[in-house]
Amino acid sequence: MTHHEISRRKFIATSAAAGGGMVIGFSIPTAAQSAAINNNPWESPTDKDGEEINAWLTVDRDGTVTIRVGQAEMGQGVFTSLPMIVAEELQVDWKMVRAEYADANRHVRNDNVYQRMSTGGSGGVRRSRVYLQQAGASARERLKEAAAQAWGVARSTVTAKDSVLSSGNNTGTYAEFAARAGAISFAEEDEPAIKTPDQFTMLGTSVARLDTPMKVNGAATFGIDVRVPGMLYAAIVHSPTPGGVLKSWDADAVRGLPGVVDVLRLGPGGIGNLTYNPDEVPNRVTGITSSVVVVADTYYHAQSAVDQLPVTWDAGPGGGTTNASIQADAFEILHNPAHEAYLPVQDEGDAAGAIASAATVLESTYTTPYLEHACMEPMNCTVQVTDGRVDAWGGFQNAPGALGIVADELGVEQETVFTHQTFLGDGFGLRSRNHEVREAAAIAGAIGGRPVKLLWSREETMSQGKYRPFSTYYFKGGLDSNGKLVGYENRIVSHSIFHHQIPQFMRDGLDSVALEGMDARMPYTMPNKKVNWAMSNTHIPPQWWRSVGMSQNPFGLESFLDELAHAAGADPLQFRLDMLPEDSEFLAPYKIVAEKSGWNSNLPKGQGMGIAASEGFGSIIATVAKVTVSRRGQLTIDSIDVAVDCGHTINTDSVEAQVQSSQVTALSSLLFNEMTIEDGAMVEKNFDTYHQLKISQMPQVNTHMALSGGEKWGGMGEPSTGPLLAALPNAIFAATGVRIKSLPIRNHDLSWS
Amino acid sequence: MALTLTVNGTSHTVDVESETPLLWVIRDNIGLTGTKYGCGIAKCGACTVHIDGRAARSCTTKASAAVGKSITTIEGLSADSSHPIQVAWVEQDVPQCGYCQSGWVMSAAALLSKRANPSDFDIDSEFADNICRCGTYQRIRSAIHRAAEIAAAA
Repeated sequence: MTHHEISRRKFIATSAAAGGGMVIGFSIPTAAQSAAINNNPWESPTDKDGEEINAWLTVDRDGTVTIRVGQAEMGQGVFTSLPMIVAEELQVDWKMVRAEYADANRHVRNDNVYQRMSTGGSGGVRRSRVYLQQAGASARERLKEAAAQAWGVARSTVTAKDSVLSSGNNTGTYAEFAARAGAISFAEEDEPAIKTPDQFTMLGTSVARLDTPMKVNGAATFGIDVRVPGMLYAAIVHSPTPGGVLKSWDADAVRGLPGVVDVLRLGPGGIGNLTYNPDEVPNRVTGITSSVVVVADTYYHAQSAVDQLPVTWDAGPGGGTTNASIQADAFEILHNPAHEAYLPVQDEGDAAGAIASAATVLESTYTTPYLEHACMEPMNCTVQVTDGRVDAWGGFQNAPGALGIVADELGVEQETVFTHQTFLGDGFGLRSRNHEVREAAAIAGAIGGRPVKLLWSREETMSQGKYRPFSTYYFKGGLDSNGKLVGYENRIVSHSIFHHQIPQFMRDGLDSVALEGMDARMPYTMPNKKVNWAMSNTHIPPQWWRSVGMSQNPFGLESFLDELAHAAGADPLQFRLDMLPEDSEFLAPYKIVAEKSGWNSNLPKGQGMGIAASEGFGSIIATVAKVTVSRRGQLTIDSIDVAVDCGHTINTDSVEAQVQSSQVTALSSLLFNEMTIEDGAMVEKNFDTYHQLKISQMPQVNTHMALSGGEKWGGMGEPSTGPLLAALPNAIFAATGVRIKSLPIRNHDLSWS
Repeated sequence: MALTLTVNGTSHTVDVESETPLLWVIRDNIGLTGTKYGCGIAKCGACTVHIDGRAARSCTTKASAAVGKSITTIEGLSADSSHPIQVAWVEQDVPQCGYCQSGWVMSAAALLSKRANPSDFDIDSEFADNICRCGTYQRIRSAIHRAAEIAAAA
């Protein structure tokens, strides 16, 4: 989560061309090779008959430039936006650009040459833009220098445009000079400066995605599609309760079923580099949950056999847990301000005193549930263990992390592990955990030699996930006789992702992602403010889930502000604007979304507009939802307007797509989703009970750019999820007078009279 | 048992249990992986293929039930992505992660074959059990209308 602003020195040290360019034969391109990306995106889209100028790009003899992508393509468009960044500086004809995944093995062997290969935190563009610009600019100047040397002129006289170099009467193509360019080294001070946004010609426009053609004809290879000669298939059933252990099983009962090759158990007494300890939180990144596995000649045979495998489980420490028990544990803290579990987050002025002397006092409690990621592609990974080498295929949000997990599981050197990155059928944070990767490595290691594809059924994927944690909020606010907020108290009790996964990231005992937007990062000025936080962790493994803390905090905060606005008799927009400092970056998005949506807080009953804003991943988003609710409580979402300040855009069309996408993520969680927990296990196992938004329920989403430019570079994969979490409930309140204080909305009666 | 299936005009004889879902025969036995596994219970649409020209969920269709019928998968919809749905999909950059898109393209192509100019209501009804978790719905709707124009102009 730290900035990876690469220094020029670091760039020079790590990204020199491998072996000064390589020539690998010549053959007639196939249809796949002429596409911008290989169907197997870890493989080259061209014959690679050309030269590598640096680790990020090669130039073929025909001038085709292949740019390497170090982030995972899971729908957000990095397979197009990241090559655009390199191409902007390289001055290459975009039609000549191809793209392929960067190689995590090379990254590991070569001092992290690809910088940031973990994909998350809406960081694809904003965390890699600078070094990708540098890669393109440095390659361009090397090409110029190569031409200058050949022509006996100064580099400053050479221009580069659309893959052509010119100086006076001399002209030549990038391809002609690529070999020489790859061998040129510059002193650090001679590395070129990168462009500033006012110099961009391509960045900030809308460019057709390079991966679209292969996604309309079934050609794109996802992890589940990997086929390796001699491959076996594995199906798995885990302890229903996370942290549970195998009590009994009868492997012999299924060994004779069609196609069965082997029956295994992972966990205590079974195979796998197990670190399970009932005293520890289960499912840590380093551990394997207890499970049984059938390996067979086809997936259907493997799944059929594992479904028939007689097995009993000991639920372990999580047994008996239910939604009610989780909430009771949290509320015991939430409703006791003196509870020892609390840690101070913010304490400014005298909140208690100000509230005590306020004209109006409001108290409110909000809750959000555990959520599953519901990636369209069920979890899977293919691994082959051979002498001196391990290969792993899959969709990894963190390919070097997956590589490390495989090496750790099998006890081999990382340099001997080769990951082959596929397209990802959604990620949303789930595909950075690598639970299935470790299992696939353990199974392939046990089988030995033959490749094995492990595929979790939808039921296993949904019930053995890593979940967006629950959260509970208590708010107390005091308004003076003019309706001005004079005192604010907030207690939050939630399940900490940091504590579970990376406790070293906790600061003063606090989990900063759990407190996003609620602490000093809140945009509103409050004279007397007190915020406390307490963990109430459970046995359920928590995980990043699209927009993380902003997938729940705005629901509590911006709903309570709405309550305060209504209690003050104020327009909800004006109430917020009045609490923003004069130089607040929230002012413009708020005003733009209000104007574009035709903001109106005085619609007739049954209709309503709701507003909210939040900042996450460097971007500020303000959202207005407009709804109609029938007297019987039938909800129709008429429109959603979203104003976006991510500073700048790279591929503007992809920003719009991410806004629409984030609204769907928010709507499914708002309207339908909660994981039901019984005896510590997940009840929802498939889309028949874990409902997702349908096309018929999709409102019109209008995206409005509110770009402030300057130094601001915000992410766009996640942040526009947050504001709708309150804008929609606020609209429902405006229409009906029903205040939604727990999610999902389907649990509430919206009827009015 | 040996079953003979006609997929994209080619006859394939496979040795599978008769109750094997068509989805897994297409993917694992025949090796066409464009048809996707999403739920296994006909609730997401990712596995949609055409059987005798009509959209069918291959995850809940037994392989034996498809014997003697003409099965079309995403790989066989057109030789060169020239079906109006595919053309419109590319034109409007519909896919994001792309995983569910084979199912949407096949479902939309089937809709277009029975309704040359589908209304929004037709679209809502036809896709009651299709899911796209990336939320490409707005562009899907727009692209279906665009595909109808393309088909009409052809």
